[in-house]
Amino acid sequence: MKIIGIESSSLVASAAVWEDGKLLAEYTVDHKKTHSQTLLPMLEEICRMTECEMKTVDAVAVSAGPGSFTGLRIGAATAKGLGLALDIPLIAVPTLDATAWGLFGVKDLICPIMDAKRGQVYTGIYRFDEEDRLSILKASCAMDFGELAEQLKALGGRVYFLGDGVPVFREKAKEVLGENARFAPAGQDRQRAANVAALGALLLAEGKTVTSADFAPEYYRESQAERVRRERESKAVVHD
Amino acid sequence: MEDIRILAIESSCDETAAAVVLNGRKALSNVISSQIALHTQYGGVVPELASRMHIEAIDHVIRAALAEADCTFDDIDAIAVTNGPGLVGALLVGVAEAKAIAFALGKPLLGINHIEGHVSANFLEHPDLEPPFLALIVSGGHTNLARVKDYGEFEIIARTRDDAAGEAFDKVARAIGLGYPGGPKIEKAARCGDPTAYPVPRGKVDDNAYDFSFSGMKSAVLNLLNHAEMTGESVRQEDMAASFQAAVVDVLCDRAVRAVKEFGEKKLVLAGGVAANGALRDGLAKALKKVRAELIVPSPVFCTDNAAMIGAATYYHYVKGERSDLSLNAVPGLEL
Repeated sequence: MKIIGIESSSLVASAAVWEDGKLLAEYTVDHKKTHSQTLLPMLEEICRMTECEMKTVDAVAVSAGPGSFTGLRIGAATAKGLGLALDIPLIAVPTLDATAWGLFGVKDLICPIMDAKRGQVYTGIYRFDEEDRLSILKASCAMDFGELAEQLKALGGRVYFLGDGVPVFREKAKEVLGENARFAPAGQDRQRAANVAALGALLLAEGKTVTSADFAPEYYRESQAERVRRERESKAVVHD
Repeated sequence: MEDIRILAIESSCDETAAAVVLNGRKALSNVISSQIALHTQYGGVVPELASRMHIEAIDHVIRAALAEADCTFDDIDAIAVTNGPGLVGALLVGVAEAKAIAFALGKPLLGINHIEGHVSANFLEHPDLEPPFLALIVSGGHTNLARVKDYGEFEIIARTRDDAAGEAFDKVARAIGLGYPGGPKIEKAARCGDPTAYPVPRGKVDDNAYDFSFSGMKSAVLNLLNHAEMTGESVRQEDMAASFQAAVVDVLCDRAVRAVKEFGEKKLVLAGGVAANGALRDGLAKALKKVRAELIVPSPVFCTDNAAMIGAATYYHYVKGERSDLSLNAVPGLEL
């Protein structure tokens, strides 16, 4: 079973080739956001190096959100194009689940945070249980970081933060959680396509796939135009 | 020569489109998924929503284009995609999709200019049409007059200094209460209106005999509306639409005729979304007849944003051996 992993939800662009429990190759770049130019050449490069013929690929696992709207769509359109052309299924891997997977086996709380601007983060709360299964204590959402920190404090114990929200909210996290706020080291602290592919393999085994035509990212936030319109309409109702 | 089938993808604004084009001249399919109903709720195109709709529609549209052309990916010689100009987020969907398909299948990839696509739409219905000719490109984002010297070789004679003609149509339509999309709504209202009812200036640019300026016309309409509001006069929507449309058509005809005389071309090709406007087609046909030049226009379905026009443009680049690599990017301000 061969799976291509694709991750472009944040500042990181990453592509991976996974086969039968083995990571054949991964190419991850966290430098300038030029995913539209770099992602496909990166995938091409690792396929060439691993002599991976595209027609031997069984599925494409893609980081499905939340994250940068444009970043998610570059990954989504890339995965959809591969799925459509090769007639293979896609696996929609929740971005934050795959991020948490990077701290496999950690028994403390795991909290990936992605900077969602306006003081908010895209986040979820995770822990690996005694059987090393990833359990989700709080599902993916967008929320104020302050509120998240208070929730984590209430849960108690150490919290490992990771993701591109860390540089933005590190001090605030320490302020609320003190010594319990821990931060994952480089290499384990960002999105990676290897994790998307690995988690994708588990989902594939459970039969959780989607056709390329029907796949779209999960944004976890409406567009500004929709928000403005909804606010205007709800005000209009009040005045009536 | 062997037949070349190009799968073309277009997502530069608010239509998700795919087509299969044979030898740059025949649209074997031309599938368009329009987002107009969505954007109408917002009074204009919302870029983020357009991008979201593109992602949802794109594979369905490509599949439909292949099925309608009775093709599979095996029959396709190259993948073409609009990579500019347009809305960057919208363009990126088509570009990333096309690159992935080209890579997966090991087929050539070509990034194509949207405006060149509009001009090339005319190749689909006019088998004898060959450069050189003049091209008048009029759409929501562009207003250009160009000499097409050879396939893919353009010399811009005139551009707009401010608003594109289609943009002015949209803004005026909104101001007089017709709403989005402005072009078709103004054309319809204008049919029952008097084009001489209101004075709309024919915008001129001092330092260039060809360049366009449409924001002055739009401002004139807004001023007339303000004045009427202050004095309590009622404005006849149909008359205002007709007066504005007549001014736009006059200016476009004037430049077209001038270019025919100066460059001695005998053919002028009309292209872009506003090319669907009946008053513009009629006006240009009459004006060009007087100077013994021929007007060539695409059917309305090839005037709107579509992918068949991209496939038509691609063919001539393909046979010259031009290819894009997998780092192809969306370029919102891509020049001809």
